[in-house]
Amino acid sequence: MTRKSSEDRFMSETAIDRVAQATPPRVARRIRGLPDRAIAWIFIAPTIFLLLAVNIFPLVWTIRLSFTDYRVNRPNNEVEWIGLRNYERILTDSDIWKTMQATAHFLFWTIAIQVLIGFTLAWLINKKFRGSNFWTTVIVLPMMLSPAVVGNFWTFLYQPQIGLFNTVVGFFTGADPASFSMIGDVNLAPWSIVIVDTWMWTPFVMLICLAGLRSIPESIYEAAECDRASKWRQFWTITVPLVLPFLMLAVLFRGIENFKMFDLVVQLTGGGPGNTTTLTSIDLKREAFERWRTGFASAYAIILFVTVFGLASIYVKALNKVKER
Amino acid sequence: MSTFLNGLLRFRRGPWEMVASILIAIGVVMLMQPWIMIAFTYSFIVTLVGTVMFIVVSHFPEDSR
Repeated sequence: MTRKSSEDRFMSETAIDRVAQATPPRVARRIRGLPDRAIAWIFIAPTIFLLLAVNIFPLVWTIRLSFTDYRVNRPNNEVEWIGLRNYERILTDSDIWKTMQATAHFLFWTIAIQVLIGFTLAWLINKKFRGSNFWTTVIVLPMMLSPAVVGNFWTFLYQPQIGLFNTVVGFFTGADPASFSMIGDVNLAPWSIVIVDTWMWTPFVMLICLAGLRSIPESIYEAAECDRASKWRQFWTITVPLVLPFLMLAVLFRGIENFKMFDLVVQLTGGGPGNTTTLTSIDLKREAFERWRTGFASAYAIILFVTVFGLASIYVKALNKVKER
Repeated sequence: MSTFLNGLLRFRRGPWEMVASILIAIGVVMLMQPWIMIAFTYSFIVTLVGTVMFIVVSHFPEDSR
């Protein structure tokens, strides 16, 4: 065999062929003898190991810590097993109860308003008017910004003296812009975070609804037209049921995201004034990394985890039911 | 109603998932409501029971009818 032809043969071999040839015969014989199931396990083993190390182990460890008085800033202290006392403290603490209420207010209103505005925007954009692509891009812009940046610049927009938001509200209502402070007033602060989250994440809901609206075949509407169904009837019997799975998906995503909302609110209000905008994630972070009550914070985290997990289970079940229809 | 009870007695997935979902929903409402402190105290156990129940009963067989 000439040198050139051997080079040609080498070039025609793939990387896998070369690896196979480089495998020692003893190892190759052992692998060849393995059943398909064992080979599949070899392939997924690294992923399972990572999953166990990064997700499952911390979860199990957190559950264990939640029954102790462990403090991470005092590693040399003896850790005492205190049973359910952390859970008892959390579930009888009126401050944590207030935090839950603040989270509920934030969750309910952000989701309700975002679904309403997001669906309306998607419906309008789907009308295919001139420049609709341009407007889609403009609407989607807030979603692309960092939550920390958004929180920071909305503090300027909410400034009573020079803020654009106050000026616009003053222009339309006739009120003095300096007479109210969105992030300084205990009654307005919870709404200030709702407004900013809505401004930022409504485009996300709109995009999902738009995908749903565009997936509806035109032929269904044409058939409805032939049956002389009114536009109103078409909307309620065709558009809404077919977009519902997408809408529910958007609610699920936004619900889970907002349940663990942190960065935007910290930048905007820092949880204040008082504790009016202290959401559970902010409170949890303070317990874990400012008061250093690791065991207590672990129990707190487990309570939140079970709540989100339970809600997500119901939601996924409902979503599957809607999709089956 | 009798179909629902029948499903419960025969350990079918649908009705049992419904019971678990109701428990989770009640637990979450208890956790976040602003009126009764005692409801807040017992919210976690209700949610936990509902969630564990949901995981278990989602392995029950579907009703063939």
